[in-house]
Amino acid sequence: MRALLVAGLFASVLMAAPARAEDGPGCTVPAYLLTTESPLPKVANAIKTKKRLDILVVGSGSSALPGSDGANMSYPARLESALREALAGVTVNVRTDLRPKKTAAEAAQGFGQMIDKLPADQKPDLVIWQTGTVDAIRAVDPDDFRAALDSGVEALQKAGPDVLLMNLQYNPRMETMLSVGPYIDTIRVVAQQHEVPIFDRFSIMRHWSDAGDFDLFGSAHGYGMAKRVHDCIGRSLAAMVVEASRINPAELRIQR
Amino acid sequence: MTLVTTEMTDQAVAKAPAAKAVALPVAAGERELRLDLFRGMALWLIFIDHLPPNILTWFTIRNYGFSDATEIFIFISGYTAAFVYSRAMLDRGFVVASARIFKRVWQIYVAHVFLFTIYLAEISYIATRFENPLYAEEMGILDFLKQPDVTIVQALLLKFRPVNMDVLPLYIVLMIFLPGIIWLMQRKADLALSLSVLLYALTWQFDWYLPAYPNGFWAFNPFAWQLLFVFGAWCALGGAKRMARILSSRITLWLCIGYLVFAFCVTLTWHVPQLNIFMPRWLESWMYPINKTDLDVLRFVHFLALAAITVRVLPKDWPGLRSPWLRPVIRCGQHSLEIFCLGVFLAFAGHFVLAEVSGGAWMHFLVSVAGIVIMSAAAWLFSWYKSEIGKGDKRAKSADADADLAGGGS
Repeated sequence: MRALLVAGLFASVLMAAPARAEDGPGCTVPAYLLTTESPLPKVANAIKTKKRLDILVVGSGSSALPGSDGANMSYPARLESALREALAGVTVNVRTDLRPKKTAAEAAQGFGQMIDKLPADQKPDLVIWQTGTVDAIRAVDPDDFRAALDSGVEALQKAGPDVLLMNLQYNPRMETMLSVGPYIDTIRVVAQQHEVPIFDRFSIMRHWSDAGDFDLFGSAHGYGMAKRVHDCIGRSLAAMVVEASRINPAELRIQR
Repeated sequence: MTLVTTEMTDQAVAKAPAAKAVALPVAAGERELRLDLFRGMALWLIFIDHLPPNILTWFTIRNYGFSDATEIFIFISGYTAAFVYSRAMLDRGFVVASARIFKRVWQIYVAHVFLFTIYLAEISYIATRFENPLYAEEMGILDFLKQPDVTIVQALLLKFRPVNMDVLPLYIVLMIFLPGIIWLMQRKADLALSLSVLLYALTWQFDWYLPAYPNGFWAFNPFAWQLLFVFGAWCALGGAKRMARILSSRITLWLCIGYLVFAFCVTLTWHVPQLNIFMPRWLESWMYPINKTDLDVLRFVHFLALAAITVRVLPKDWPGLRSPWLRPVIRCGQHSLEIFCLGVFLAFAGHFVLAEVSGGAWMHFLVSVAGIVIMSAAAWLFSWYKSEIGKGDKRAKSADADADLAGGGS
């Protein structure tokens, strides 16, 4: 009888193990990387009163994945589904406006117009601006980069929405080629000055790499890992948006 | 620094206990082992900083303050170069000494081109082998491989410099101006230093820089970094002696300690973001970003404070300098050009091993330690070769020893 019990326990553990693995990759993020002093008041307002949240992701190539299902698998789409899950009863729409191979200065030029041109029902409550990669590749003067960020963030804020900045990807393999430090520092400074939250994609990905969640260093990568990384980024980003909006998702459920 | 007066008398030197430790330069033929020690240490730290972060990274000084190993390297290079070639200038005249300096510049240039070739091999390999959709955008940096005609010419002109290969071009530019610096310094040392400070200030005021290819600017701005180099030269040619009283004063010590503690606390907030709430906003907006390209004043002062405390704590005749444990570092410092190049190469090789063989914390650690062992072994080999050659040819010895002090064979 006891042997049967042990066998049963063992079997249940065996069955439970793959089920847990299917929950998704273990890509937890330390809380300090997702907390921010800068709130997102317009997001909070949209969730509470409008019950509708429109987000626009502005970025360069690293906000997308190639392939036919790339759009569904990249982090903006993952952010949308994670937010829908977290914010019960709220309509969440995430749109993207990507400008591959454009520096911050080139991207920031059209920001004011970009939002004005959108139809009223698509005006974003939050713009997530992913930037810095192209500037690092082209070795743009950090002072110029800072000026571009300043003007971009100001233009966005003037047009209405909350702003959240996202920095570069952690890429250990290309550390000898790409100098990312000055751009990451600059983004942090600008975020602090304008009191907008920053999604520290670099530190978060480095944390995953250090913790062994993803092998970002090795040469044997498939499309699968890229998809899982984007999924994790999307979910972490959703957690940060909720945190910065100072909304308690549980309350939304109770009201319903 | 220009405020330092020349009024110090010999009595003051005798009275101040720490002054002896500061009294540089050394008598002819005697090596200043402290310089070798710290240059060797800087070379090790530069190597570790060029590798992906690992346990050893926590031993590098940039984690504990504003300045890093580059400051030490450039300062000591200025110090030793001025010391060696000013003696040559006194002995053999301006023209011969300049010729020797230019020969040295040529060696550094060749070393830089050699490293560039290795770099090109590495990234060409990565460009063809590395395919990861996650990093499709970042791979754009390899676009320059599509036009090697332009890239290689720009590299030979020192305008195209990959990451981690910025120190040697800076060194080349500084060395080209060394004959003029020494010439002026032997006549009006303080004037030379004042001009250097003036150039530094004007660079900050008018934002002078050297352009790089394909765009951007030199990562180490020579107009700003010359300040450290010239300051090193000024110290070598009697400045250190004159500063002895300032260096040995108690007020200086406490100012230095206070500043180092301040810098440490600030760097702590970078590593532990939770502490950032203790940083006043006004301080942040005044201080950041701390500019490495133009040798931020905060960095320069941090280096000065470190140096001031070091010369005080570590006397010239400290017996530990002769200990076999420190010999590997000191030897590396004595062959700085060779070991620097080797270090850059080993950093490339280390990246390659980590990427192709395996990652992991232990492998990172192993690669760092192996690199340091290889650097030490190579330095030992150079020393052995030099001493064997020296035995064979006694006449060449004195010139050889000079080149040795300047950080490499001639």
